[in-house]
Amino acid sequence: MADLAHGRDEAPAHHQLTGIDNRKLGMWVFLSSEFLFFGALINNYLLFKGRDFGPGALYPVELYDIPFTSISSFVLLMSSLTMVLAHSALARRDQAQARTWLFATALLGVVFVSGQYFEFAEFILHGLKLNVNPAASAFYLLTGFHGAHVVIGVLMLLVLAFKSVRNGSLSEAEGLNVELVGLYWHFVDIIWIVIFVLVYLIQ
Amino acid sequence: MAIDLTTETVERSETTVFRRPQLTTGFWSWITTADHKKIGLLYGYTAFFFFIAGGVEALLIRIQLSGPEGAFLSAAEYNGLFTTHAITMIFLFVMPISAAFFNYLLPLMIGARDVAFPRMNAVSYWIFLFGGVFIYSSLIFGTNPAPVGGSLPGGAADAEMLGSIPNSGWFIYAPNSGAAYSPGTAVDFAALGLQMLGVASLISAVNFIVTILNMRAKGMRLLRMPVFVWMTFVVALLLLFSLPIIAIALFMLTFDRQFGTLFFVAEAGGDPILWQHLFWLFGHPEVYILILPAMGIVSETLPVFSKKPLFGYPAVVFAGAAIAFLGFGVWAHHMFASGIPTVAQAAFGLSTMTIAIPTGIKIFNWLGTVWGGKVRLSTPMLFSLGFVALFVIGGLSGVTHAVVPSDWQQTDTYYIVAHFHYVLFGGSIFGLFAGIYYWFPKLTGRMYNESLGKWHFWLMFIGMNLTFGPMHWLGLQGMVRRTWVYAEEAGLGPWNMAATVGAFIIAVSVGVFMVNWMYSKRRGRPAPDDPWDARTLEWTMPSPTPEYNFAVEPVVTSLDDFWHQKYDEDEEGRAVRKEKADEIVADLIYTNGHPDREIHLPAPSYFPFFVGLGIMLIAYGIMYHTKPWGIPLLAAGAVVTVAAFVAWGSEPLEEIHDEDDHGNGGDGGDGGGHGIETHEPPAGAVLSAGERRA
Repeated sequence: MADLAHGRDEAPAHHQLTGIDNRKLGMWVFLSSEFLFFGALINNYLLFKGRDFGPGALYPVELYDIPFTSISSFVLLMSSLTMVLAHSALARRDQAQARTWLFATALLGVVFVSGQYFEFAEFILHGLKLNVNPAASAFYLLTGFHGAHVVIGVLMLLVLAFKSVRNGSLSEAEGLNVELVGLYWHFVDIIWIVIFVLVYLIQ
Repeated sequence: MAIDLTTETVERSETTVFRRPQLTTGFWSWITTADHKKIGLLYGYTAFFFFIAGGVEALLIRIQLSGPEGAFLSAAEYNGLFTTHAITMIFLFVMPISAAFFNYLLPLMIGARDVAFPRMNAVSYWIFLFGGVFIYSSLIFGTNPAPVGGSLPGGAADAEMLGSIPNSGWFIYAPNSGAAYSPGTAVDFAALGLQMLGVASLISAVNFIVTILNMRAKGMRLLRMPVFVWMTFVVALLLLFSLPIIAIALFMLTFDRQFGTLFFVAEAGGDPILWQHLFWLFGHPEVYILILPAMGIVSETLPVFSKKPLFGYPAVVFAGAAIAFLGFGVWAHHMFASGIPTVAQAAFGLSTMTIAIPTGIKIFNWLGTVWGGKVRLSTPMLFSLGFVALFVIGGLSGVTHAVVPSDWQQTDTYYIVAHFHYVLFGGSIFGLFAGIYYWFPKLTGRMYNESLGKWHFWLMFIGMNLTFGPMHWLGLQGMVRRTWVYAEEAGLGPWNMAATVGAFIIAVSVGVFMVNWMYSKRRGRPAPDDPWDARTLEWTMPSPTPEYNFAVEPVVTSLDDFWHQKYDEDEEGRAVRKEKADEIVADLIYTNGHPDREIHLPAPSYFPFFVGLGIMLIAYGIMYHTKPWGIPLLAAGAVVTVAAFVAWGSEPLEEIHDEDDHGNGGDGGDGGGHGIETHEPPAGAVLSAGERRA
């Protein structure tokens, strides 16, 4: 009788009232917080980039190599494409292709981070060290934290790709992980578009 | 997703080297637990420990200030104590004890078996604990030499323990917090420790939001959720959007101090005011993070002890959401004296006043709830009414700060100290104690001692008003904050002495509470299952809460569903208890206490503990990166953290539960679990669902 009052829950989707898997919803919620994280970093850079730091001060904007950064931005954008291809291959249960695209995405991510490393090294060679002035600090903090996000994404992609190699395939549950990493990866890309426009292009 | 997860899990279990711990009792069960109730209790006990620490710090401060020209503490010790008192009370007491309530009650109130990510929940506790330990380790490791060319009265603080704790105010204002003015490690302990606590809170915020959105019982629409659950949701959103901002600010400060960046160094073109903006952009939402849980608690207790439904439920909910929303647009009222433009002052003054509107809505709705009710003055109700009264005082003095010229007079005086202690002590802490007494029977299965509870309330109420009431006048007389002595001629002595006496009365009242807790937990009268004639789902199960929460997942058909099962309305709209109410309650509780099948529970795990430990080692590594062993320590911390996460990912899910949990990815992939066999004690619990199905 009390059973009737309570009812026996039959609906499989009971634990996902929104219809979105807990983990996926969690990732969305987390990413919404990340927007403010990068928002604060971008705000810092915009605040300091035009400040007067006295004669002879060196600004990041004087050292930008727009063609170079455009290419590395293009590489990062293409990695979003390969990420989608990995996901869609998995949806078709084409394990071999999914694995290939996962590795490709990680590789493109590595290329982007290497480009950033090269850029930083070049800047430092020209005297733009982390602590020469707040504009430089804000630039390194912003792009550095973005780079750290890319590195974490690459690590997660590699874990998935190697799991796929070891087990021959990715299970359905790991398929969801691919989707989650994909969400994160696209977020990191979108943030880079904002950074590239606000920090590099609009001077 | 309609695949058979069972087979897959079996495969995974075979390939993995890690076994999940199975303990349900003893020391290691607490270290490895992923049960939201145990984690809630861990949060509660830890927070209370820090409450005692913060209270002792407050008493030392009050002894120093009890008379003019106090010589009990040195200036350096005083700086350390008022800073650490604030950091402790805010980040290590009120926030985590609110998290304790969220953890313990949220799943129960929405009819869920656990939170969405049980192991993430454990991680947030361990990071919080290690963060607190990290901050307090400054007592031993902290250094605080005087800045170049400067000195503090009473000599260098380096050698003294109390002089080596974080000492730059909980707001860590630049440039005082910079390497030039605070050359020791005291500020680093605050900056890195708060960063850790922020990570912990962010994880739990994500967890609670997903839990509330995805795991409510059947029929519990958003506007059927208890107000406490609503306030949990609002607080989680506030944390989600304010923590990343303070994270960036603390990163900038850490970079300034450790790696020589110049963000807040004015001479080099940096901007100390930027710190204030970033800090208060987090800091003001933070004060609502501190008060909204208490508001949620009294929104549960006031109707129960008035035998009436909450007056204007939707208004209370939306007012809570409105406070949170407006709370992001008022931060600069902390900065009226920092030279921000006049237009900005006017705008922030106005936006601050608008916060009074939703706050007023809540207060009038609480009054409307009590009005005409059959009021029972049990301890939880006393604390709830105390909350409303004291919060009104603190709220009104808060509105006076919105008037800019008036604020210029009050800022940095004891008037401000009086104000925020009325809202945070009179508000948050009274609300939290109301909750502790209200849910004590649910936690322990026993009743607390009512007369000790009343002693606690009255002592605390008198002590609180005696301590913080006179601070209003002291502030208006011009007594400045954060100063360790005052001159005899200032005439501030008598009221300061009154405040000190009040502080010791508060200490006695906390002692009474501790006696009551320890005595009643073991020897208290066994509690009825529904001792308060309550309205929410947690009272439809036996006390103390069974490990599996609900044996049968509840279905909700209205707001205050449990109440409506017990009560009808007569022609005049008054609540009348149904004749069969007692039977209905007994029946429900029997059903909920007797599972007729295996119930899936999140399995314990070793790794959350190690994630917390690893992160603490990283923080030490960053702080000591110039020492030869600093970088190895940093690397060791990173290895521990990453290894714990990888091991976590490789942990077997152990067993997949029965049919109706099937196909939803377990606990969102954060699950795994052990089960409880019907009518058997939780200990010998694991068995294969596949077997059962066969």
